Amino acid sequence: MSVISKNITSFIGLRFLGLCTIVVLAFILLVLIDIIWKGAGTLSWDFIFTVPRKGMTEGGIYPALVGTTMVTVITAIFSIPVGVATAVYLNEYASDNMFTKILRASIRNLAGVPSIIYGLFGVALFVEALRLGNSVVSSGLTLGLMTLPYIITATEEALRSVPHSHREGALALGATKWEAIKTIILPSAIAGITTGAILGVSRAAGETAPILFTGVTFYLRFPPDTLDSEFMALPYHLYILSTQHHAIEQVRPLAYGTALVLILLIVVLNIIAFIIRNKYAKELVK
Amino acid sequence: MNHRVLADWIMKRLFTLTGYFTILILIGILYLLFSNAIKAFSHIPFSSFFDLHWNPSAHGEPLYGVFQLLWSSLLVTLGSMLIAVPLGIGVAAYLSEIASPKVRKTIRPLIEILAGIPSVTIGFIGIVLIGPFIADVFHLSNGFNALNGSILLAFMALPTIISVSEDALRSVPPSFREASYALGANKWLTLIKVVIPAAGSGIVAACILGFGRAIGETMTVLMVTGNATAMPHSFFDPVRTLTAAIAIELGEVPYNSPHYYGLFVLGIILFFISLGVNFLSEWVASKLRYKI
Repeated sequence: MSVISKNITSFIGLRFLGLCTIVVLAFILLVLIDIIWKGAGTLSWDFIFTVPRKGMTEGGIYPALVGTTMVTVITAIFSIPVGVATAVYLNEYASDNMFTKILRASIRNLAGVPSIIYGLFGVALFVEALRLGNSVVSSGLTLGLMTLPYIITATEEALRSVPHSHREGALALGATKWEAIKTIILPSAIAGITTGAILGVSRAAGETAPILFTGVTFYLRFPPDTLDSEFMALPYHLYILSTQHHAIEQVRPLAYGTALVLILLIVVLNIIAFIIRNKYAKELVK
Repeated sequence: MNHRVLADWIMKRLFTLTGYFTILILIGILYLLFSNAIKAFSHIPFSSFFDLHWNPSAHGEPLYGVFQLLWSSLLVTLGSMLIAVPLGIGVAAYLSEIASPKVRKTIRPLIEILAGIPSVTIGFIGIVLIGPFIADVFHLSNGFNALNGSILLAFMALPTIISVSEDALRSVPPSFREASYALGANKWLTLIKVVIPAAGSGIVAACILGFGRAIGETMTVLMVTGNATAMPHSFFDPVRTLTAAIAIELGEVPYNSPHYYGLFVLGIILFFISLGVNFLSEWVASKLRYKI
């Protein structure tokens, strides 16, 4: 190849990489701008704080917002303590043998299992076997199981980044293992743990497949008042408004509004996680 | 002193107990999935799962062949990989080799946002934007087909492919690039002849993970692929994937019926696909570590 044609290929090739990046960014911006642009018109306090009316062709998303919040809180209450404690057990107490290797591999694999499989499992365990029925608690625990491997992996990563000398220093000063964990190890790892927990739970908040058959329902006049009742959820509400409603074109603005609230919720949670990560990363440098 | 030792003793037991509880959950998940799937075989002959067509609610003779669903899933996923693999490697190479740290710092959070967008929202975009676009361009009555699913799944798999590939490209030592420049190669030749081959197994692992992410996706394909239970012949046919079949039919079947157990068989197939994908990607990625 001559030098000139080499340079031409190089020029085109490198521009192609830039083009790929532009295509991906364009898609992301297209999604965000389309939803913000068309959803903003629907968004109002009235939309957020009233119930759906007239066969869900008018009104707001209040029950869905409350339902998603309730389910997400249950998910967090279950998955964060169990996940963090399991990671502490694996990283600080369990001996490093074949058994823990297999256990870690299973946890990694479970983090990659499609969410619909957790839906199947949730039906078989919580709805059927434990007789919790279609309820807030069934869905919350199903999402909790889905989030658990994610939180264990994130926490373990954070714990592993705490230097061994910190542990040894604490023990040398006469601290018991628990005191070392409580006062030295967990505080050093808290940024990574919190970031992982927020990202894991925010992923659960946007999930639809695991709650489809464990408790979500398409219409309620009020938010659920007990944990054993069915509930509306933002992602499912968007699914219904965009595919199952009898007047899909008419409710499109409502669907855009719901999509915007859902995205805002997730983006805000992601930004919080991002800020925590950056803040602690800077403090570590100090 | 005493209560410190006691607290230590209690906490050790508590952590250990939680660890065992998690193990129990893992075993429980596997047990429940498998026991329900196995019950299917006492109602439905094993061989009927090897049929071509899936139609468990057919009158008279229900059909439980998984190949139609499997092929639909593969068609949509392979289509998405045709888009996502070149795009993903391109973006990863751009971020690792060309972009300034400042540009990189702006682009990465945006890609993380894409990873965080709920699948139902991506599906919604498929309905309001991609669907009408496909219908327009190809003169179809609607845009609900495998192609729509492939396009959306491509963008859902991209964050995984980009971030894992970029890590692999960055782990190639700078000396490789310098040696190539010293031999007179320009940036592009260095990239495609030296850097990408050196990061090869990491990039392949990234694409396998992306494949796993795409084939397990439920809501997006459920919303945009039309869900017809027929063998698809092209990307313009509506398809019902493995995941969509579970999502649609689990709501329609009575608990503990043959059809209900049949859906667990689909779940097990999906489970093994994701297991295989994970092991394969870890195995491929581990080859990288031996090489460098």
